[in-house]
Amino acid sequence: MSTLSLDRYLARESAIHAADARLKFIATAGFILALSLLPVGAFAALALAWAAVVIASAAARVGWLRTTTGAFFALPFLLAAAPLVFTRQADPLGEVDLRLFTLTVSGEGLKMFATIALKSWVSVQAALLLSFTTPFHELVDALRRLRLPSLMVAIISFMYRYIAVLAEESSRMMRARAARSASRDGHTGGSVIWRAKVVGSMVGSLFLRAYERSERVYAAMQSRGFSGEIRHMGGRKLRSGEWLALGTVAAGLSGFSVAARLWFPTA
Amino acid sequence: MNGSSPDTAPGLDASLASRWIEVEHLHFLYPDGMEALKGIDLTIGRGEKVALIGPNGAGKSTLMLHLNGIHTPSHGHVRIGGTLVGRPTVRRIRAEVGLVFQDPDDQLFSPTVFEDVAFGPLHMGVPGEEIHRRVETALAAVGMSGFERRLPHHLSIGQRKRVALATVLSMEPSVLVLDEPSAGLDPRGRRELIGLLRSLPQTLLVSTHDMRLVADVFPRVIVMDDGRVVADGPTADVMANAALLEAHGLESP
Repeated sequence: MSTLSLDRYLARESAIHAADARLKFIATAGFILALSLLPVGAFAALALAWAAVVIASAAARVGWLRTTTGAFFALPFLLAAAPLVFTRQADPLGEVDLRLFTLTVSGEGLKMFATIALKSWVSVQAALLLSFTTPFHELVDALRRLRLPSLMVAIISFMYRYIAVLAEESSRMMRARAARSASRDGHTGGSVIWRAKVVGSMVGSLFLRAYERSERVYAAMQSRGFSGEIRHMGGRKLRSGEWLALGTVAAGLSGFSVAARLWFPTA
Repeated sequence: MNGSSPDTAPGLDASLASRWIEVEHLHFLYPDGMEALKGIDLTIGRGEKVALIGPNGAGKSTLMLHLNGIHTPSHGHVRIGGTLVGRPTVRRIRAEVGLVFQDPDDQLFSPTVFEDVAFGPLHMGVPGEEIHRRVETALAAVGMSGFERRLPHHLSIGQRKRVALATVLSMEPSVLVLDEPSAGLDPRGRRELIGLLRSLPQTLLVSTHDMRLVADVFPRVIVMDDGRVVADGPTADVMANAALLEAHGLESP
């Protein structure tokens, strides 16, 4: 067992857990799309969307706090949106004097930044809910059934299988390095450049090991009749009730998008 | 040629069965010029259980990769059940010879146990219903029934080794070729493996460094060193020849 893996699945008994992974994937992707189309400053609509995620989390018995706080790991990515606060001209709120130049905090920029921050926060919560309620291999299978290119699905599936193996290999290497990283009193363990070289060669050898493993895995696939085309067992078709659910979700999300456009007209 | 069901004519079967695996004058050069196999000759009868021993680098794994056509001989040839291993026959041969690699993480590449055990039959063109039956039978044979939905990286090394064996049993081969099946197993895992190997009806060729495993399971042993077969005979005779074992870096159990 490894410390690092993509398994976030929480086994619970709920209608959301039991639903077909294809439905859950489409609903989540549609929800995120609808969120991203919301106009700037549509905070009431965002609150409504967040409430929907909280209700769904509760229905799935994973606890809304888990999705809400879990989504904070996406915060660092907001740095990319931070310059918006200073690069807009409209509605100046104040100035920051940095001697060389002054930054103007714009109200419009602040509003845009807040909208982006909330959109991504709620989107990540929706994605987390999907991964809490759907085992990863079912998700991979759903992507395949939704006709994602089979090479792409194969890459995702291999990544899922081998990321734990790779993590274990790298943690063994780190342990071996730690075991030999002694130092005498008053001495530290070498210069930064020297350390960087050590890390560099570790990454290189990890890559080589992964490459060699890929050749063995390929031989193992060939040994079992693989000759270039990945085959899959046919799955069941969506039932009419599931099509209905899908239609309801699609209609709901479109309605939400249109209503938000009308309610919060863009400037 | 049909793996495990003996539906061939009995007269033909008798002579064929005595040389089910036939390796003649097999030479193999790696692309870098290293000669890994320097003229291998051996015959193994149907249903025989044979151990393949020798120091690291003796060519054991290279020989095994010839038995299902992953490697192509530089000289000489390999026949399985009378069929020459080569490009035109390779798909049939791979259904006939189940090759299990040493590291189960190489062997198990699918997200779930079911998908992995189903991979072989699926790519052989076995119909859906039949695949489910085969997966069930193969997992039952290795004592892993009920693990279908489990993920390979959540299994212990012993369980992974057994599932790895199931991934080729589902292809219903007549020959099983296993590379170091007891490596990395704890005593209990090893004991279970011995019971499992004894219970398998297939022709077995197993490379190993585990001399007690050899003595426990295999009536016949082939010793390889430096790309050649240096001894081939009843396990008791080979094990009694201390001079031979020492000359090739091995030890008696």
